[in-house]
Amino acid sequence: MNDLLRELYQEIILDHNKSPRNRGTVEHPTCEAHGHNPLCGDQVHLGLRVSDGKIEDIKFEGQGCAISVASASLMTEAVVGKSVEEALVLSDEFQSMVTGKDLDKHFSDELEALAGVREFPARVKCATLAWHALEEALQGKDGCQNA
Amino acid sequence: MATVGTQIGNLRAEFPALHQTVNGRPLAYLDTAASAQRPLQVIEAVSEYEKTTHANVHRGVHSLSQRATDLFEEARALIAAFLNAESEREIVFTKGCTEAINLVAHSWGRQNLQEGDRILLSTMEHHANIVPWQIVAAETGATVEPIPITDDGDIDLLAYQDMLDRRVKFVGCVHVSNAIGTINPVEKIVAMAKEIGATTLVDGAQGCPHGLADVREIGADFYTVSGHKMYAPTGVGCLYGRYEILKSMSPYQTGGNMIRTVSFSGSTFADPPDRFEPGTPNISGFIGLGAAVRFLNQVGFESIVRHERGLTNLVISMLADIEGVSIIGKPAHRSSTISFTMNGVHPHDIGTVLDSEGVAIRAGHHCCMPLMERLGLPATARASFGLYSNLEDVEALIRGVKKVREVFA
Repeated sequence: MNDLLRELYQEIILDHNKSPRNRGTVEHPTCEAHGHNPLCGDQVHLGLRVSDGKIEDIKFEGQGCAISVASASLMTEAVVGKSVEEALVLSDEFQSMVTGKDLDKHFSDELEALAGVREFPARVKCATLAWHALEEALQGKDGCQNA
Repeated sequence: MATVGTQIGNLRAEFPALHQTVNGRPLAYLDTAASAQRPLQVIEAVSEYEKTTHANVHRGVHSLSQRATDLFEEARALIAAFLNAESEREIVFTKGCTEAINLVAHSWGRQNLQEGDRILLSTMEHHANIVPWQIVAAETGATVEPIPITDDGDIDLLAYQDMLDRRVKFVGCVHVSNAIGTINPVEKIVAMAKEIGATTLVDGAQGCPHGLADVREIGADFYTVSGHKMYAPTGVGCLYGRYEILKSMSPYQTGGNMIRTVSFSGSTFADPPDRFEPGTPNISGFIGLGAAVRFLNQVGFESIVRHERGLTNLVISMLADIEGVSIIGKPAHRSSTISFTMNGVHPHDIGTVLDSEGVAIRAGHHCCMPLMERLGLPATARASFGLYSNLEDVEALIRGVKKVREVFA
């Protein structure tokens, strides 16, 4: 396998694709969002339960390529237990990483596994799909502040 | 097998874009159904025109404009003969199939459809032959209904027969499926529609490159052509329309060239095809289309089809031998477009791994979401072969697919 491809399809990515974490539905969600990439048909549906400004539970459903499924799975693990503000900052930083805007910032090993995506411009949207949905869920009009 | 790929293999020299490495591997371009590469004859015809002949067409009294007009109209004559149309007057130049279908929907559709009328479209249509009809149906009160397909990926002719009644005013059908390669029996589909007096359109985007486009044999009122699927530049194509029906239709877009007279008290319109060709066209592109027709005529469809069929049969049998690979559809007749899926691997990931091996395929829904829904698939990987494809391309594809298996073991 060439190096770039190995960077893209790291063990962590393949593992999260095969056995996604937090796949399913949240009981009594306080906010939800749907992400859809019309170009390729990838879909992700996010459900969250936010209480006192903190993400207590988050789950996703949907279908897509290994990158989008692994990214959604890794995202749920990264933000559960975090405050809404922390999650939004992380989302911003993650997107800077995969688009190549910020090459210096370091993440947990798990999230950093997706850094290889920046060498594949056509696949960046796969990695950011779930994060865009997260932002929409947390900032939506019927958002979590009401919960 | 030794003969496959050698028959017209020398033609590869005519396609400069094929001779490059991608990600360190020789390019295996298997995305011809999305857009075919261009032969030197086309590239040079366009370049020669740009360098020596360019002027606006149908306008000037000066010599350069006349020469440009002659070349432009020669392209129309070439495509008319290619389609076996009765006359060049039946060829309306458009940007491609999408614009051609929109023209028919917005002109013929708005003029002829009304409340309660039925529009039948096959389930395997490209979005370009669905969405314009939905727009016009919403405006006119007509309904759009899908003609079912079988599990093999053929149009269900019995179900189609049952749908036909006097309220069916329009039947639209793709000649060759861009997604799964089915060659539809369009002569029969059109004949059945004619029996109840419906108007018919065949989307010929994928029919033209395989020598299937004979409008008199097919018998449809409209047939659409996309240049870049048949080795011509992008942004050019045409609408074939029976002259009588074109003559009955109102303008779609309006402006210069399409008029007879203009005054502020009103305007009158030119006869077809000018009526449907406002504005300055993509002149060099149409000259490229003419050159592509000449090129295809020189090569000859008999050898093109034999060559593509040989490669297609080989690829299907080799893919089927790889564990976990499924070929999508088993139509009675198929073109050189092959859709497949792999257990546990999304088509996008197949596409990325193949690209790392220099193999260019398409992955996605192929602008056929209703078909994908019918097949119960979010997407497929699609390899499509053209007249320049060869055995090395096939080997690269198979090697790549095996590598996908390794990565996602």
